[in-house]
Amino acid sequence: MTSPAQSGVNPDATTEARLRASSVSRASTAAAGAARPASAALTPEASGSVPSPSATATSAPTSSTRAQALARAALPLAVLMVLAYLPYVPTELPGILPGRVNGPGSLQLLATCLVMGGIALSYDVLFGRTGLLSFGHALFVAAGSYLLTISLSTWSLPLPVAVLLALAITGVLAVVVGGIALRVGGIAFAMVTLAFAQAASIVVLRNPGGVTGGEEGLTLEREALPSLLVGVANAPYRYWLALAFVTVAWLVVSLLVRSRAGHAMAAVRENETRASVLGLGTYRVKLLAIVIGSLLGCLGGIVHALVLGGSNPHLTTSEFTLALLVMVVLGGAGSTWGALIGGFLYAYADARLVEVSGSSLLESLPHTIGQVLSQPLFILGIIFIVVVYFAPSGLTGLGGRLIRKGRST
Amino acid sequence: MSDFVLLATTGLALGALYFLAASGLSLIYGLMGVLNFAHGAFMMVGAYAGWLTMTDLPPSLSVGVRLLVAAVVAVALGAAVGVVVEVVLIRPLYRHHIQQVLVTVGLSLASVAAAQGIWGADPRPVEKPDWMSGTTSLLGARLPTDRFVYVVAALAVLAGLLALLRLTRLGLIIRAGVENRTMVQALGIDVQRTFTIVFAIGGAAAALAGILYAQYAGSVSPAQGGSLLIFAFIVVVIGGMGSIVGTAVAAVAVGLVQQLANYYAASGVGDLSVVLLLALVLLLRPTSLKGATA
Amino acid sequence: MTSPETSPETSARPVDGGHTAVLTPVLTLDDVHVRYGGSHVLQGVTFEVPATGVTALLGRNGVGKTTTLKAVLGLAPRTGSIAVRGNPIETQATTRIVRDGIGYVPEDREVFAGLTVDENLRLVDPERGIEAPIVRDLFPDLIARRAQRAGTLSGGQQQMVSLARVLLRDNTVLLIDEPTKGLAPKLVTEVADVLAEVARMTPILLVEQNLALVRRIADTVVVLDAGRVVHRGRADALVADAELTRGLLGVSMRREGAA
Repeated sequence: MTSPAQSGVNPDATTEARLRASSVSRASTAAAGAARPASAALTPEASGSVPSPSATATSAPTSSTRAQALARAALPLAVLMVLAYLPYVPTELPGILPGRVNGPGSLQLLATCLVMGGIALSYDVLFGRTGLLSFGHALFVAAGSYLLTISLSTWSLPLPVAVLLALAITGVLAVVVGGIALRVGGIAFAMVTLAFAQAASIVVLRNPGGVTGGEEGLTLEREALPSLLVGVANAPYRYWLALAFVTVAWLVVSLLVRSRAGHAMAAVRENETRASVLGLGTYRVKLLAIVIGSLLGCLGGIVHALVLGGSNPHLTTSEFTLALLVMVVLGGAGSTWGALIGGFLYAYADARLVEVSGSSLLESLPHTIGQVLSQPLFILGIIFIVVVYFAPSGLTGLGGRLIRKGRST
Repeated sequence: MSDFVLLATTGLALGALYFLAASGLSLIYGLMGVLNFAHGAFMMVGAYAGWLTMTDLPPSLSVGVRLLVAAVVAVALGAAVGVVVEVVLIRPLYRHHIQQVLVTVGLSLASVAAAQGIWGADPRPVEKPDWMSGTTSLLGARLPTDRFVYVVAALAVLAGLLALLRLTRLGLIIRAGVENRTMVQALGIDVQRTFTIVFAIGGAAAALAGILYAQYAGSVSPAQGGSLLIFAFIVVVIGGMGSIVGTAVAAVAVGLVQQLANYYAASGVGDLSVVLLLALVLLLRPTSLKGATA
Repeated sequence: MTSPETSPETSARPVDGGHTAVLTPVLTLDDVHVRYGGSHVLQGVTFEVPATGVTALLGRNGVGKTTTLKAVLGLAPRTGSIAVRGNPIETQATTRIVRDGIGYVPEDREVFAGLTVDENLRLVDPERGIEAPIVRDLFPDLIARRAQRAGTLSGGQQQMVSLARVLLRDNTVLLIDEPTKGLAPKLVTEVADVLAEVARMTPILLVEQNLALVRRIADTVVVLDAGRVVHRGRADALVADAELTRGLLGVSMRREGAA
């Protein structure tokens, strides 16, 4: 489907100026949203050439906007500090967390949720930032997880080497798979990435040479790990590891969206035809997005294996990729907070809704309905459909709208 | 030799099932640009409707008769579900292709989970008529008779679809719409109704695939539709999206490659070779794929 | 509404020799806007198409001519009011608009390449298709090619198919987008003959780059620039004024070419 915009828009100077102007305003909003005081330094050519109102606003911030920017910078930092402090909080939150907040059960749950948030963030680099509907992201997450466990057990490599090896192989895999899949666009790209991920899933389940552990999965070699990451008592360290991964993912994505590459990705997402007319190598931009997203996903897989103590074949399934899509859309695609919160909440709901299934509320319902409602994926699937219809910008977008509404009235 | 004949027949039968699963998917994608993840749910509807009908019918009826009735019920229900999904979920998101995909993803997750909640995740055995469990001798090989049933069913659906596309006005509009949907509307033709009909056809074919695949596997389970769907996607991409003949050829190729490689190389290699085949097709003729920029 | 008009004498005036009385315009656009994503392609387009003859929609590349046609048809997301013989159509769906009498011949013909000539026509007229009298009268060459796939036809023949299938319906007004684009001079003449013939029965809004053709068949001109109407007037007056032509249309307009 060629967009009707093509006929009306020409690659002449005015269009380009308009596009640059829009990229400046995007840059400034992104910068403000991600709590950096000025974006001018990051987009010198754009802000220099086009005097748009938003560009002037960012290059000469008034004291109130600077204060706002500081306030926005404070939020992620405050959240990070609160999260980092949780292992010292002995309070019980009945119904919300199993046992004390700093108990191993709670920390394990929170760590899993954080890792999922980070992995969702890595998927959003493709889906939300670049507009690539990939159904194969599970492949890269699983690659990180399995390459780590296999390196440690079968190949007896030390942990740092295993991590680097996992990242290197995943990077190559991303270039190859992305390179092939990008030969088609749009929906066909989705199908092709799905097929590749499925191939990986088949390999893992067939358990060639007993390497992957098949349906059982693979347990992490405890001896190869630093003692801080092993054992129930060390749950706080695994939790902090997960938090560190989320922080890294957050920083990478925040820096990426404000870089030249990030602007190119946004341009590809908004209108690929126009982006290519402007001389952006859209193929390379998309491949770059796939590689960065995959490496972050691989890192997420590695941390996932460390936190959960092994690799689970569920990570390779298409169901997991679909879950990533659900997380990102639930939270809000193309938004750092959105993907993060979406992933966190999804993992939380997936774990906690199972507990709800035993609750008295469900027992009062007719048997069949109770059985259906006891399935977390049923509830998540329905919520997902509702969000797609009624809150296309996700929960964070919805929240933002409500806050603005509240302020204006 | 007899091994080869057996493998080729099984590959062909599998190809027939893939074709049934993929034909509706291909038409829906070609005409509407919708990647229908709920197609796996359509297959599941067919499989479970068939299974429930067969167990609910009086056992005095022969298994074959019950299977036939079950197939009719499954196909009718599949078509109905297709219509409901198109009208309720797809139509309001007209022109928002990504959201349409997302909605079908949500539907597939929710419906598989629902089936799991009601009937459990484990496979439930399905009765098979005696004559289908038997074997037929051909070219020195003893071939399971059910394989021929799948091939005949797929051929019948293929012939029916081709007749529909080539001989009827609806088919003319579908063929034109697959080429250029916008222009069909710009000629004052209502494609909306065509969308609904194509979803009904897709749902019916998928339900047939579901009930036949349950026969092939000897059981029904919530996950069946999903695994069949992946191969159906691959068939659709190789077959050229929107082309029924292309889908049929690709389905047979995928079925044969899978069976032969699984036997002559190693178990599991067949599935990988199918993905390899897909990669090769993409590398060698990417331009022939419709919807490359959709 | 506020666009400068170099000669404000057109719309309600009889244009083809004065034997028709003062007619209400067949198509009215009032303050029509089109926005695609971030770009504002039409920025308040206002003009009328008289009920007779050919109205040429001119302008440089990329000023919004095609988008204007698509806005009328509902193929582009539009705001503002659009009316056919006074009946508003701006909220209707494309299919409805076309059925209510707006025929569309798109840029690049857009015939269905995999369908035969006859099938292309039968999409619009299932009963008669290639046997419709209008095909015999205006496009006799197509009859011999009825079973040929439209994708294998020459550009001129495809244009004839594209025109013929629209004329199978009774149209109130025709929107025709660059029908002579990429055609050899002899074919340009043929298309021009057909358009002149059609215009005797149905008013046409024509996007065209070929000024010679505009001079020959158009009565009224509307010139767009950057999404706005910058000139309305009689076709002969514009074409006769070389300086005005260059000022409005630049050098990209083709003056050569037979018509």
